[in-house]
Amino acid sequence: MSNSKTFDAIVIGAGHNGLVNAAYLAKAGLKTLLVEKRSLVGGAAITEELIPGFRFTTFSYAVSLLRPQIVQDLNLVDHGLMILPLSRTFQPGFDGEYLLLGANKDENYHEIARHSRADAEGYRELSNLIERVCFALQPLMDQIPPNSVSDAPDEIAAMESLRDYIAGLDEPVREMIEKFYQCSAVEILDEYIESELVKSMIASSGIIGSKCSPSCKESGIVWLFHKMGEYDGSLGDWGFHKDGNGGLTQVLARSFESFGGTLQTGVGVEKVIYENNVAIGVRLDDGSTQHAKIVVSALDPRQTFSRLVDFDDMPADLAQAVNQFKFQGTASKVNFALSDVPTFPGLENRSDIYMGFTNIGPSMDYLERAFEDCQAGRFSRRPFLDCCVQSTLDPDMSPPGKHIMSCFVMYTPYHLAESDWDTQREPLGDTVQETIEEFFPGFSQLVLHREVVTPLDIERVVGLSEGNIFAGELFSSQLFTNRPAPGWNQYRTPIEGYYQCGSGTHPGGCISGGPGWLAAKQILNDQL
Amino acid sequence: MPRYTPFHDQLAPLNETQIWKNWAGYLVVPNYQYCITNEYYSIRNSVSLFDTSPLFKYRFSGQDVGKLFEFALARDIRSCETGQAQYTVFCDAAGFVVQDGVVLHTAENEFYLTTAEPAYRYFHQIARRQNLTQLAIDDVSEQFGILAIQGPHSHHVLNQLCDGTTELNYFDVTKTTIAEKNVFLSRTGFTGDLGYEVWCTANDAAEVFHAIFNAGKNFNVTPIGSTALKMARVEAGLLLMDVDFNSARYAWVDQQRETPIELGFRWMFRNLENDDRQFLGREQIEIEISNRSSRWKTVGLAIDVADYEQRFVDAGIPPSKYENYCESTRSVYRVGEPDWIYAGHANSFLYSSLLKRPIAIAKLPLDLAKIGTTVHLEIQVIHKPTTVKATVQPLPFFNPPRKTSNVLEVEHV
Repeated sequence: MSNSKTFDAIVIGAGHNGLVNAAYLAKAGLKTLLVEKRSLVGGAAITEELIPGFRFTTFSYAVSLLRPQIVQDLNLVDHGLMILPLSRTFQPGFDGEYLLLGANKDENYHEIARHSRADAEGYRELSNLIERVCFALQPLMDQIPPNSVSDAPDEIAAMESLRDYIAGLDEPVREMIEKFYQCSAVEILDEYIESELVKSMIASSGIIGSKCSPSCKESGIVWLFHKMGEYDGSLGDWGFHKDGNGGLTQVLARSFESFGGTLQTGVGVEKVIYENNVAIGVRLDDGSTQHAKIVVSALDPRQTFSRLVDFDDMPADLAQAVNQFKFQGTASKVNFALSDVPTFPGLENRSDIYMGFTNIGPSMDYLERAFEDCQAGRFSRRPFLDCCVQSTLDPDMSPPGKHIMSCFVMYTPYHLAESDWDTQREPLGDTVQETIEEFFPGFSQLVLHREVVTPLDIERVVGLSEGNIFAGELFSSQLFTNRPAPGWNQYRTPIEGYYQCGSGTHPGGCISGGPGWLAAKQILNDQL
Repeated sequence: MPRYTPFHDQLAPLNETQIWKNWAGYLVVPNYQYCITNEYYSIRNSVSLFDTSPLFKYRFSGQDVGKLFEFALARDIRSCETGQAQYTVFCDAAGFVVQDGVVLHTAENEFYLTTAEPAYRYFHQIARRQNLTQLAIDDVSEQFGILAIQGPHSHHVLNQLCDGTTELNYFDVTKTTIAEKNVFLSRTGFTGDLGYEVWCTANDAAEVFHAIFNAGKNFNVTPIGSTALKMARVEAGLLLMDVDFNSARYAWVDQQRETPIELGFRWMFRNLENDDRQFLGREQIEIEISNRSSRWKTVGLAIDVADYEQRFVDAGIPPSKYENYCESTRSVYRVGEPDWIYAGHANSFLYSSLLKRPIAIAKLPLDLAKIGTTVHLEIQVIHKPTTVKATVQPLPFFNPPRKTSNVLEVEHV
């Protein structure tokens, strides 16, 4: 592309939020350049054919929180959006025990009742309450949060009306929100669920991608966050995008280009150029520069504030917040190409059990022990695994009869106490494989290919600091008005014309597109 | 995978349509025959068999059971003596209906309860909070099958098989035997007709079924599906959860919840001034009664036949009468106001083949709920909404003496 072309806006990083943000800006008529250092767009939402015919969802693997308004605004359906429902959740237990949930409440009742009759009812009560909480909080996902430290009358009024909104919610809903903020997943679950297998299945939502165990206070809010999405209005349900999450970011890229946006891949941004605290463009890795009045970083807060710009130029409150911002990635991915579907004893020939999440984490004790390893600075010797065999549902993911299995692995701390990830990469792969083998005997014989993605790999390849998949922990101290920092949560930065739109901004991680969308809203408002 | 009821192997070969559906996780039959009306008439004309096993069934035993029920159930359980059954509701603290159900008082300190939704944890929690320890609550849903034998000849069928049938008064229950198998026999049902329900263990289901089915052969015994049953229950004015009301437990807003008074169960509290129980919801129910603060009342609507037919004739088509049982909401409008002023809604609608008129169960504001009031009910004629005249009428629409009388007095119905 020609350097002489001028742009109104430059978006740095073509992860899903960069794509969404750039598409909104382009749709509003701004000449928009989206710059991606890798040769393909998608960031952590990519699908790669590492060996012929096998489509690896290298990093992320499912979608729930994609804001419905974005689908409409960006014509995503016209560009190929297709999200398949996860019709099952499979939780193998010890000694051939298992829990297999589906889409029918009566079937789920009877399935849970095999483990505990009280839980079958408790599960429905709890699910109902959580749905009500999500319904109440969803509007907050779709708006720019108020500035909690500002003296401006508008912001004070916005904080006031937020408090009024929460105070006006039904009592059980309000109490539950409070519990999610203040209690661990275990504390909440103990009221409703007694069976270990059922409890640990639910509790796993409270640890996904986060450095906390189900008994840590933070697990409440992490759990809530993972329930904030929906599948066609069914709150808290998840889906697979056709061709993996890379399929979704390809859809976003087509949308962006249909609005006249320009995509430049294979070159990263070295620095944002600004003068007198006003952004004027970017300097690319190849030494060239591009000018624009609007520059948007879709990278995480550390990259946005301490690499792309001079950290010393940042005000003290922001600098301190960025320094304290917790990344501490604890999750890895191990992806397998398989010659067949795994076999669970007692459920032979049932490939349908894999048409959703398969959770290996059969008891609360198992999850807590896994976390103890993490606290000691090593990866869990028996990790929690959230596995998907998307090819059982989507035949385009693998050659006929063969399968692709994505395993999300916890805990794998970014900082290892006595080793490093380049040494521990394959041992981690072996541990994951052994763990699966324990529950699905014969698994290892099915493995045609294995790919291990450690937190270090996530950082190196995607650019997410310390490999945190959410661009920063989803703890209440780092959410909503605090994301990424109090007073800096409205997508602006201390540099005029320089914005942030990554998952390190509200609403946060997972493929929601929310940060990209709300940032675009703010940018376009500022243009008026 | 769906589950099978204890009578599945006996009933499956009788399902001519091979249509199945899911009820509480069990495979059940919506209609055995293509002529649902034929099934329906076995309830009013001969004798019908309905497999009601998917209901949740709980056994309550121990000396604290009475105390639990006195607190948890809205209707006074103390009026239900051993050998009697009782239709009841249970409410939350705000006085909204959680569920309805039937209690069988089978022995001293022994009760069985049937509900449409699970209630095991629900009652355990109440017992724990009330510090009631001398009781056991067992889920016996899978241990028992229940077969409803309903219709004017139901007594003739059962009388051949077991002792005690004749003596059984309306809402009585007894322990007896059929085909040498122990059963509970209660004079209860969901049809508003003479009828019985037989509880047997899942192991005995085949023998018990065959005995009853064979004994019914001379009386045109007919297995019926859930649609025929629902047609009968509209005529009988019996409310169905998830159609005529929702469980307060899983409702999102109060607009979706109903009080027992709003559902027409004022009669359950006839003796409230002499009732010293502090049961769940009592406070709110008392306030509602004394302030007449019900938001609506549940009533019957008898649709004007001539008006109904005319709407269709005007459009050039014959009136919809045949097997049009419907559970979708129809709006009710005020008469005399400008057109289409919303007043309430009807959830259960049926052209009653027996009564030769369309009927509905509706929720109306109190000023419209008076017997004899005329309202407009929305119907659709060739996809277009229109209204027909309907008159508020007490439930039930159909209430034959044989339903409640001593069977010997009505032997020749």
